[in-house]
Amino acid sequence: MSAPAIGAGELLPPQEEKKNYLNVEHTVRSWLLTGDHKRIAILYLFSVSLFFMIGGIFASLIRLELISPSGVLLESETYNKIFSAHGIVMIFLFLVPSIPAVFGNFFLPIMIGARDLAFPRMNLMSWYVYWLGGLLISSGLILGGVDTGWTFYTPYSSLYSNTQVSLVIIGIFFAGFSSIMTGLNFIVTIHKMRAPGMTWFRLPLFVWSMYATSVVMLLGTPVIAITLLLVFAERTLHLGVFSPELGGDPVLFQHMFWFYSHPAVYIMILPSFGVISELMANFCRKRVFGYHFVAFSSLAIAGLGFLVWGHHMFVSSQSMYQGVVFSLVSFLVAVPSAVKVFNWTATMYKGTIRLQTPMIYALGFIGLFTVGGLTGLFLACLGTDVHLTATYFVVAHFHYVMVGGSMMGFLGALHYWWPKMTGRMFNDTFGKFNAMLVFIGFNLTFFPQFILGFMGMPRRYHYYYIAPEFMPYHIMSSAGASALAVGLIAPAFYLISSLRHGHKAGANPWGAHGLEWETSSPPIPTNFEETPIVTDEVYDFSAMDEYEHRHGSDEMAPAGGHN
Amino acid sequence: MASIAHGHGHGHDDMVVHVHHQFENIDQQNESYLVGMWCFLVTEIMFFGALFLMYTIYRMNYQNDFYGAHLELSQTASTPIAGPLVQMTGLKEFPVWGSINTTLLLISSFTMVMAVRAAQLRKKADVMKFLGATNVLAAMFLVIKFSQEWPPKWAHKMVPGANFGPEASHLHGASPRAAEIFYSLYFAMTGLHAIHIIAGIGVITALMVLWRKGAKSVTEDYVPTEMVGLYWHFVDLVWIFLFPLFYLIPG
Repeated sequence: MSAPAIGAGELLPPQEEKKNYLNVEHTVRSWLLTGDHKRIAILYLFSVSLFFMIGGIFASLIRLELISPSGVLLESETYNKIFSAHGIVMIFLFLVPSIPAVFGNFFLPIMIGARDLAFPRMNLMSWYVYWLGGLLISSGLILGGVDTGWTFYTPYSSLYSNTQVSLVIIGIFFAGFSSIMTGLNFIVTIHKMRAPGMTWFRLPLFVWSMYATSVVMLLGTPVIAITLLLVFAERTLHLGVFSPELGGDPVLFQHMFWFYSHPAVYIMILPSFGVISELMANFCRKRVFGYHFVAFSSLAIAGLGFLVWGHHMFVSSQSMYQGVVFSLVSFLVAVPSAVKVFNWTATMYKGTIRLQTPMIYALGFIGLFTVGGLTGLFLACLGTDVHLTATYFVVAHFHYVMVGGSMMGFLGALHYWWPKMTGRMFNDTFGKFNAMLVFIGFNLTFFPQFILGFMGMPRRYHYYYIAPEFMPYHIMSSAGASALAVGLIAPAFYLISSLRHGHKAGANPWGAHGLEWETSSPPIPTNFEETPIVTDEVYDFSAMDEYEHRHGSDEMAPAGGHN
Repeated sequence: MASIAHGHGHGHDDMVVHVHHQFENIDQQNESYLVGMWCFLVTEIMFFGALFLMYTIYRMNYQNDFYGAHLELSQTASTPIAGPLVQMTGLKEFPVWGSINTTLLLISSFTMVMAVRAAQLRKKADVMKFLGATNVLAAMFLVIKFSQEWPPKWAHKMVPGANFGPEASHLHGASPRAAEIFYSLYFAMTGLHAIHIIAGIGVITALMVLWRKGAKSVTEDYVPTEMVGLYWHFVDLVWIFLFPLFYLIPG
């Protein structure tokens, strides 16, 4: 609870309802030219949801194809294009921007008590650049697609593939710049725009994780940009850099690609860590156990994440000694990740746990991320990795991290902050039921793939009639995918219907701690009436209860005035 | 639009300073601008860094070929225009244009520093003078690059790609394949650098227009000029690395 600076006249009841960021202006122009970080977040929410749906359609086609061992639905080339499109759209247009560009954009300034991000116009530009990338990628997919996989390994991508690689690569190049702009904005905002009293160790853990994410975005993305630009140059100008035929080194491409693309995994998962820390604290009404450790483990993961890319290349021609070092450092990443999981679990101990929708997602996250993380150790180990490389075990592992981790975090964040963003409560019963459906559907989809991988089912194959014993697992997986699909589509319905039928949400419907709960729902355009002055520690629920007890209110007064 | 300037004079002098609505005061705004600029330069370092990594690896693989290929970047006594300058040095070959371009950029860094200094002192005429000088030096760099350096490579079929096929006399003992990689890196890195110079000229020109109009956003505080200066020094610094790596390879 920060002590709001309240002027004498402000204690009188408000004369009329304040305009919030949604209804302050209504024209299309006011949305498309906005500098308000909250409106840009809403623009991003629509955009990433759209691309998530497109990526999901590709995923459904993959699962449909694999029901039958003989690959009856799609041609081999079509299947190659479908799984490439699934990977490219999901990674570059959904997972990377999802939580930072939507919830980071919306809540990071509010959580630190700022009126906006440091560079609002750059923030808006990042959305347009994201769409430029999105449209280029989409047009590439419509004009024939790519069959290289999302990894674009040379020389196939640069010399041989006869598909729309150039267009898609340039699209990814632009999408990368959008994420650089977001990361740069966040770093400057966190460093320079914290409200008085908002020290580094009073920052909510979501802000710490956004900071770590931004560092990775800033350091990693330029490298993928130049790497893909060189693949483009090799394709179009025959500049010899990566193709052995032109005297180049294809393994160098793999090094440079994974130098970004492994840290990119942390761009996708670190924001979720931040969301889960918020949910754990607020739905256990307890300070996160080992706050400092959780904060620094984000930075440790961001740092170590840059030193492990070689574990994607154990079966390439990199030297064995390199392999040993990369294996060791990959094991080290497990330490900060485990610190987080143990600390979240310890937070629940003697906490006042409330099993509302966001908390169900958070609990699901912990289970799924633990499985995803531990199976990562199988792959970090040189010996087992040689056996498991390019099998469904890898596919299952990274889906447990990316879908079970990042996407559960995204849904948790969406439900947690929905009342703040829209001013309406959704139906908690639907929400809880849906969270469990997602959890069950997800496990049914991806757990059989671990078994498939161990049995030897290679990834990126679309028929397996020589090994019909794979079929039951593929059917299980496809059945789970349908349940998962329902669980992912349902929120679109009950959340949107809550806009019309939901109860009005107060400033703090979850009884949560943090500056974003001290302004009105939805927030006013400038976030706070006056710049808040932070006087209490992070997640200090006892001080909050005491304040409420003293003031006899079940809802806190918004900072700097009323809503 | 959110970025409406407010006339909050929380300032430290009596001037009405240009503070955007999201900032509390001019200090916060200035610090944010500078941190933002440094962050941008970090991304630029990573961007060029990937190319420098590639250069390092290929030079390790093909040191002798790189030596041979790099000789073609130097001029000899028979080179038109540059020939007399080579004779003055008394050497067989000398990277005349590379050296002149390095000198031009070093001087432009100096004029840029002077422009920032003038902005701190709010001396508009000096700012215009030094920014203008920086732009002239940058333009001279580009003229030399595009008239004296690149066209001969084009004429001798030294541009990588389908048409690559220089005669042996231009390879100086380098294998054609390694020479093609050398020139791939040469055109990629100096080309990317040239794009940054062109962007720099654009930004400096925009800054000059704002100074000329007396726009408060640049005249009341030196930080916008300082930011352009930081970018310009970065571009110069990249060249300081490119010059020895391409023009001064030891045999």
